Order: sequence, then C-alpha cells, then structure tokens
Amino acid sequence: MKPAPFEYHRPGTTDEAVTLLAEHGWEAKLLAGGQSLIPAMNFRLAQPGVLIDLNNVEELAYIRDGDVGLHIGAMTRQRSAERSELVAARAPLVHEALPFVAHPQIRSRGTIGGSIAHADPASELPAVTLALEARFRLRSPRGARSVSADEFFTGLFGTALESDELLAEIEIPPPADGAGWGFAEISRRHGDYGLAGLAAAVQLDGDGKCSKARLALLSVGDGPVLATSAAETLLGAEPSEEAIRAAANAAAHRDIDPPSDIHASAAYRRRLVEVLTRRVLPRAFDRARGVDLKPITHEA
Amino acid sequence: MTSPVELSVRVNGASHQRSVEPRLLLSDFLRHELNLTGTHVGCEHGVCGACTILMDGEAVRSCLIFAVQADGHELTTVEGLAAGDDALHPLQTAFREAHGLQCGFCTPGFLMTLIPFLRDNPTPSDREIREGISGNLCRCTGYQNIVQAVRLAAERMAPEATP
Ligand SMILES: Cc1cc2nc3c(=O)[nH]c(=O)nc-3n(C[C@H](O)[C@H](O)[C@H](O)COP(=O)(O)OP(=O)(O)OC[C@H]3O[C@@H](n4cnc5c(N)ncnc54)[C@H](O)[C@@H]3O)c2cc1C
Ligand code: FES
Ligand code: FES
Repeated sequence: MKPAPFEYHRPGTTDEAVTLLAEHGWEAKLLAGGQSLIPAMNFRLAQPGVLIDLNNVEELAYIRDGDVGLHIGAMTRQRSAERSELVAARAPLVHEALPFVAHPQIRSRGTIGGSIAHADPASELPAVTLALEARFRLRSPRGARSVSADEFFTGLFGTALESDELLAEIEIPPPADGAGWGFAEISRRHGDYGLAGLAAAVQLDGDGKCSKARLALLSVGDGPVLATSAAETLLGAEPSEEAIRAAANAAAHRDIDPPSDIHASAAYRRRLVEVLTRRVLPRAFDRARGVDLKPITHEA
Repeated sequence: MTSPVELSVRVNGASHQRSVEPRLLLSDFLRHELNLTGTHVGCEHGVCGACTILMDGEAVRSCLIFAVQADGHELTTVEGLAAGDDALHPLQTAFREAHGLQCGFCTPGFLMTLIPFLRDNPTPSDREIREGISGNLCRCTGYQNIVQAVRLAAERMAPEATP
C-alpha cells in the first residue's frame, strides 16, 4: 500500500474534530478533500500518525449570505462553490478564479477550506481571499477566533493555525459600490498550478478615481503576495492606460522577489506579472464602472 | 484504529461489505478487493486521470480517496456503463467509431470524466470539450480523435436527455 499506516477517526461534528485534534497535536492531520494531503501521503512525504476525516462533518459544508458578506463553510467542495449562484453574485472574484483550480475531478472533492489551510503559494484561493480582505474563523477546544487573510498567511505553506485549530469558515465581504475585480493566471497546461497569477479587487469613487486596490499575486513568493507599491501608484488617480502601465511595472519590479525553478525563471515570472497586471486591471476597472464582462477564459 | 474498518458501499448497483485497512486507496479497493480492474492506475497522485470513477454521480480520482471514505456512497466504474455484456454505452460506441483510443489505458478515465460532463453540458463546444478532458492524460491518441468522439457522442445522446 502506498501511504504509511495511520489511526483513522471520522468525527461527526466540529467539536468532536477539534477535541481529537487537541488530543493528538501535531501528530494528527485533518483530512478535508485529500487532494493535496493524499498525494503527499502516497509519496510518503507526509506520514501523519493520526487522520481526522472531516468529510462527515456536515455542519462545515454550507454557503450562506449574511450582513457582513458571504459565509462559506470550510468543507464546501470547490465544485459546489463554482456552481453556486450565490457565490457568483456575492463573491464574483471567487467565481471567476475557481475554474483555474486544478481539474473538475479534483474540484468535486477538494474543499475551499483545505485549499486555504494548505496555503500553497501557487494556489488561487489564498490570493483571491487576500485580495478580497476575507476573514477566517478558526475553531479549537479553547474557543473561536477570527483572523484576517493578511494575518493568516505567514509564509511557505505557513498559516496562523495552531496545532489544535481548525479552519471553520471563510467570510467574504460583499462587493461595495464601485467595486471591480479580475483574475487571470498563466500556466503551461490548463489546470496546472499557475506560473504566475493575479487576483485584483479595486474600487472607484464618485469621481472615477481609484479609492482602493488590492492586487494579490500567486506563485511569485512564499505565499500570496500583496503588490502594495503597485496599489500605491493607483490610489487617488484615474486608472488611465498610463497609470496601469506604471502599476504593472511596480508589481513586476518592486513588489516581488520571485523564485527561479524548473517551471519558470524569476525574470520570466516578472514579465508574466507585468502582462497579467496589464490584462486584469482594465477589466477590473471596467467592472467598477459597471461594464458587464465575461471572465477571461483560461490562458494556455 | 489502524486496524480494519467496516465498509459498506454500492458499486455499479451492487452492495459490498468489506473490512479494510484505513490506508487502502479506493482505486486499489476496486481493483484488488472487488476485482473491478477496469479502473486503471497510472500516477497515483492525481495527475493522469486514469483512475477516475463516479462517486454519487460526480467524477473523482479514486487514487486520492481512501476506500473507507466511500462508506455509504454510490460508486460507478467503467464496468457499470454498458447495459449488458454485449452492449456498449453510446459514449463507448463513439470512442470506438471515432478511434478515440489506441492502447486504451486512459480510456476508462476519459469515459468516467465525460459522463457527468455531458450530463451537465449536453451540447459542448470544442473548447469546452478540451477543457473538460484537460484533467486526463493520453499518451497515444494526440487527443484529436477523443474530441471527435465526444462530439459524436454528444450528437447521438443529446435528443434523449442524459445517461
Ligand atoms: C493534479 C492536481 C492539481 C492541482 N492543481 C491545483 C491548482 O491549480 N490550484 C490549487 O489551488 N490547487 C490545486 N490542487 C490542490 C487542490 O486544490 C486541493 O484540493 C487543495 O489544495 C487542498 O484542499 P483539500 O480539501 O483537498 O485538502 P486536503 O488535501 O485534505 O488538506 C490539505 C492540508 O490542509 C489541512 N486542512 C484541510 N482542511 C482544513 C481545515 N478545515 N482546517 C485546518 N486545516 C485543514 C490538512 O490537514 C492538510 O494539511 C491540485 C491537486 C492535484 C492533485
Ligand atoms: S492514478 Fe489517479 S490520477 Fe493518476
Ligand atoms: S489510448 Fe493509450 S493512453 Fe490513451
């Protein structure tokens, strides 16, 4: 058999799950969709002594609308969120990015929470939730706390989760008036992890000036990276072609220190970030002006 | 609890009860416990798609699910597609006629991916077909004939609702 032996638990509630987690500490792993954990176990890169399977915790799978935005339970399958009209209406950036997450067969099993907790720097959802200023609700036997996306992602596969904590819910603020968004990434083959990608959330004020810009990049650092100096070049300005070019330049040359690996060189990644910024921002600002656009389809 | 766990599952309409180690992959369970060797195993880390089956009607990688997790669920493998021993599912017929396979190793995975794909989108464009099969690798055909097979199957299956 490929994976090493483990002790298997199948709790039915969140309380039971976090109690088991506290009992077994770092030796235990939560099993969500298994689409990252099981490959690692099949390679024996991961050999958890205890697996706590969340797939029977039905109370963690839901999509609900509320006053402060959309609430997505951690065990919601990526495929259900992709098909959800509520997500399309209330969190359109999430809707636009989900088809870029792996393949349909993987999304029918993989979960929203698993993707965020795993915090792969090449993953789409960490970048998207960072751009949207999402908040994450964490549960442990000690209680619950809410952490912003800015605080949650702490480096290479690193998160604010403690050994006895479970990510229970993702909270996404509703789009404000004058809000625009856009997502694009470039990968060698459709469904592969992107070589670089950009999730952008912007806002225009009544005078057509940029009042907010959160540009979150993927695959160019230890985790999702906020392009802060690119955002600064946009703030207070009209998003002209020139302003967007300046932002793209800042994103590619000031905001990131991308890795060189077998997939792409650092220089190529900078080039991709520049191109992606110039592709995504005009669409995001068009949407902020109320223009209805179809998503950018998968780039090969 | 590394010790065996009871498992009760329906596969292609038949019920099975077994006691299995929690680390047994669903792909190995189907092949070695139930002798349903139509589900192929290529990479065992989610990339190739050869092991794709249906779980409660949705396409999933059986190499990325533990057998115990299928407890209480309804599975369909390639063996469950055709109505009988001498029959073929219209999708299988289309693959045969359009030369959608050569060695056939990848075929069960493609077929099981395409069943829910055509159910959800009975009249796909070529682009949508290519996107739909992007999670399945084929080392022989070059994919062109697979796309044609899907088109052919869609044409034939469209009038009468879904499989
Ligand atoms: C071939 C292939 C291609 C892929 N391509 C992409 C891609 O392009 N983009 C992308 O984003 N992903 C991709 N993935 C990964 C996929 O999206 C995973 O589903 C996702 O990263 C992990 O989610 P999961 O539910 O499967 O989590 P699991 O694999 O079950 O868990 C992953 C990790 O998160 C922890 N965890 C899970 N849920 C929680 C929780 N609620 N609280 C605390 N910790 C938790 C687990 O303990 C584990 O350490 C790919 C996977 C494969 C096999
Ligand atoms: S064997 Fe499961 S995806 Fe390759
Ligand atoms: S027909 Fe040989 S791998 Fe596809």
